[in-house]
Amino acid sequence: MLITAEILFVLPELALLGLACLTLVCDVFSNNPNRRVTYWLAQVSLLGVAGLALYLYPVGTVAVFHQHYILDPLSVALKVTVCVASLLVFAYSYHYFRQRDLLQGEYFVLGLFAVLGMLVMISAHSLLTVYLGLELMSLALYAMVAMNRESGTAAEAAMKYFVLGALASGLLLYGISIVYGVSGTLVLPELAAYLEAETDNRIMFLFGLVFIIVGIAFKLGAAPFHSWVPDVYEGSPTAVTLFLATAPKVAAFAMAIRLLIDGMLPMHIDWQGMLVILALLSMAVGNIIAIVQTNIKRMLAYSAIAHAGFLILGILPGLYVEQGASYAGALFYVIAYVIMSMGAFGFIILAGGKDHEADRLDDLKGLADASPWFALVMLLFMFSLAGVPPFLGFWAKWYVLKEVVAIGYIWLAVLAVVFSVIGAYYYLRIIKLMYFEQVETAPRLSADTGLRVLVSLNGLAVLALGFAPGGLMEICSRVVGL
Amino acid sequence: MLSPLFQSLPLLSLLIWAPILGGIFVLMLGERQQEAARLFALVVSILIFLLSAWLCYLFDNTATLMQFVEHTVWIDTFNINYHLGVDGISVPLILLTTFTTALVVIACWTVIQTRVTQYLAAFLILEGLMIGVFTALDAILFYFFWEAMLIPMFLIIGVWGGPRRIYATIKFFLYTFLGSVFMLVALLYMYSKIGSFYLFDLYRLPLSLAEQQWIFIAFLLAFAVKIPMWPVHTWLPDAHVEAPTGGSVILAAILLKMGGYGFIRFSLPITPDASAAMAGFMIVLSLIAIVYIGFVALAQQDMKKLIAYSSVSHMGFVTLGFFIMFSILEQAGSNTDAAMGLAGAMMQMISHGLISAALFLCVGVMYDRVHSRQIADYGGVANTMPVFASFMMLFAMANAGLPGTSGFIGEFMVILSSFKANAWVAVLAATVLILGAAYTLWMYKRVIFGDVANEQVAALQDVSLREVSFLLLLAVPVLLLGLWPAPLFELMDVTLRHLVEHIAQSKIN
Repeated sequence: MLITAEILFVLPELALLGLACLTLVCDVFSNNPNRRVTYWLAQVSLLGVAGLALYLYPVGTVAVFHQHYILDPLSVALKVTVCVASLLVFAYSYHYFRQRDLLQGEYFVLGLFAVLGMLVMISAHSLLTVYLGLELMSLALYAMVAMNRESGTAAEAAMKYFVLGALASGLLLYGISIVYGVSGTLVLPELAAYLEAETDNRIMFLFGLVFIIVGIAFKLGAAPFHSWVPDVYEGSPTAVTLFLATAPKVAAFAMAIRLLIDGMLPMHIDWQGMLVILALLSMAVGNIIAIVQTNIKRMLAYSAIAHAGFLILGILPGLYVEQGASYAGALFYVIAYVIMSMGAFGFIILAGGKDHEADRLDDLKGLADASPWFALVMLLFMFSLAGVPPFLGFWAKWYVLKEVVAIGYIWLAVLAVVFSVIGAYYYLRIIKLMYFEQVETAPRLSADTGLRVLVSLNGLAVLALGFAPGGLMEICSRVVGL
Repeated sequence: MLSPLFQSLPLLSLLIWAPILGGIFVLMLGERQQEAARLFALVVSILIFLLSAWLCYLFDNTATLMQFVEHTVWIDTFNINYHLGVDGISVPLILLTTFTTALVVIACWTVIQTRVTQYLAAFLILEGLMIGVFTALDAILFYFFWEAMLIPMFLIIGVWGGPRRIYATIKFFLYTFLGSVFMLVALLYMYSKIGSFYLFDLYRLPLSLAEQQWIFIAFLLAFAVKIPMWPVHTWLPDAHVEAPTGGSVILAAILLKMGGYGFIRFSLPITPDASAAMAGFMIVLSLIAIVYIGFVALAQQDMKKLIAYSSVSHMGFVTLGFFIMFSILEQAGSNTDAAMGLAGAMMQMISHGLISAALFLCVGVMYDRVHSRQIADYGGVANTMPVFASFMMLFAMANAGLPGTSGFIGEFMVILSSFKANAWVAVLAATVLILGAAYTLWMYKRVIFGDVANEQVAALQDVSLREVSFLLLLAVPVLLLGLWPAPLFELMDVTLRHLVEHIAQSKIN
């Protein structure tokens, strides 16, 4: 195929690159302290890119640029998810920064570049493209964490994130180099074909695989590579935490799917065992340590670790088409998790004020008296994260467990549900603080209407998808190719 | 008999969603409209009760199949359906649910003064979800309602409960949640074999004995916690003591019955061979609950705790009735004898629902005046509250299993069918009649009779018209079922016989 024709298939990425640069330039020349132009330009860019990605959906599966880049239904679904999630995150962030007079256009520009990195990761079809996208995303994220220059904790978080992130990238790259050195190919399906035929160099591949898994686990925030998560979540401005907790999760999921399933499916016996350990450790560490936290952001960080464990559980089935089992459960889970955690962090933004972050658990005391509606919305998020019906979180857990049971790992499903019961405790504690504790002066919410509407809609989405998850499930299973 | 118009009316959906929507409406009224909220909740709950009575009237008790079936595809990808239906087992439980909810709304009228609309909304939503549990024919739909129900109950105990409410409600939630998740895994396992969650597909699914035993244990964890059986009953006294009166009533009258309903709807028909194999174990657990917990109840100082332990003891009869059936079948007894044990257990569930609700309401009546549940704080209440004392006498007698009250029928039938299986089991179970009389009547004596104990008791006002009304509403069915239980048995008879026939057949392929 001609290169010029191939360019059409990367139209969303090219458009985003151009628009991100345009946004940067516009921001430089804009002197409106509200940064309205920057904000709206960023939002329009994301909407447009999502539209372009959807527009390319009918193309089906095409690999371009010498097989280094792929366009398939999965990539379209994930790209749309990333764009829409980032769009909503930007809306939350705009309110957050404006309320605190921290508004900087760079947030949106960096955010757009991070999204570009994610899109590249999602469509990556070779080891090198994965790495390229990952670095683009990560560098933008490091800078975003350090956005608030005045804050010491933010600087600390950024430093930690950067050092550990660089280490993880290094390990991933090392793994990639070993795999490349043995197989002589970077392209994922060629690698899979090689692994299918070749059995001699198994041990070398295994060696490389371990490093690749470490890289993936770091980006997903799975134990035992989770130590950055609580510090970064707590130290970053809440709007940045919100971003970290949503779109990059989708990208990390895409990276895991591309590397493990597209590239190394013949070795699934080997990586399955490693994933089982990661999943169990993450669920144990996340759910148990979250119980003793007193800071909501930190608690949600540990909850994110636990959810990463469940997500990994969903990747475990790989692609057993003949048994009807697949990683579609993980896909559903990651989308559901993005919606729920966006709501939970959005609520923290909502509950905070101009000069304080409502990030201590005690800040929520008595909220049900002060603001019954938003206490109810937070209750929806908490029960949903705990996996209680009738909310979206239940179906996410249900879907993953169904796949895990389908491939015969019943003991693993049993352990997973036991950990999720342990996890329910700390979500219940938040509800307890809001509903069961009385205080003299209940906190008053000072957020503006836009933010209130956003959080409310997010809560209703969790409820509505809890009652009607069928459509999303249909999309997930179809995208995976069942 | 059904005219086309009635047939097209989705009666069951109406019973589920009308209270839920009503609850949401009450919630939207806001705290300033308390009177309107109370009236609205009362009207909704009475209408729902009438609707369920109409359902019972239209119900054809000669048919073995599910009736009023509603079927809509819910999640197409995984063959999950919104599938509802009722048979002779669920109809009485639905009636009990709607009846108790209406009572609870009356009972809270002046008692609850904080966050009134939220309180009423929680109960209405809970009512809808409970009816959902009793009507769901799709296992995932069942699980959906089963778990969702925990949320309003969690809030009811936590917001309006007593001093240790937070401990009690979190314990309640985690206990029941832990039990149920194993059921989910068991359901998913069966789904991986047949690709359906339809209850009757699960009934037909052949399973080896080992598989059945694992599934049985998973179900047992879910249902035993709910009933609750010894030794997983410890959440119940805490939850009962701390819950507001309405919460205790619903908890005792209906939530506990869900465990029993789970056994009869899931465990017995889906894993009949495992149930038969483990019947001995279950009978032992039931007997421990009946006898040991009976003694524990004897030692209680707190009235609510006493009734809570009495609930555990009485619910032991329900599980005994379910599992004694297998000994009868094994000894080549007739299906009729086996069905009698089941019918006795069902009767016991309904009767215990009414009696425990009544006793909790009685304690509530006294608590509202004296603000104590300790037996020692009372004495001689009969002197100041004669009308109340006579009502409570009736319910105490019923709890002790006096012939002529509904409490007698169920226990008697279970003991009778135990005799057919094993005389020793029957003798042990019959001790509850003595123990029950001992702890209930002893409590009654200490609280009601004797000299006026203190000034607070001396200052007591007798029951108001509102309180008389709900006590009377409970006294009528307790006596009616005790004197003339035939209509209830006729309602269940065909369904239970059909069920026994199914259970008697092995599923091992």
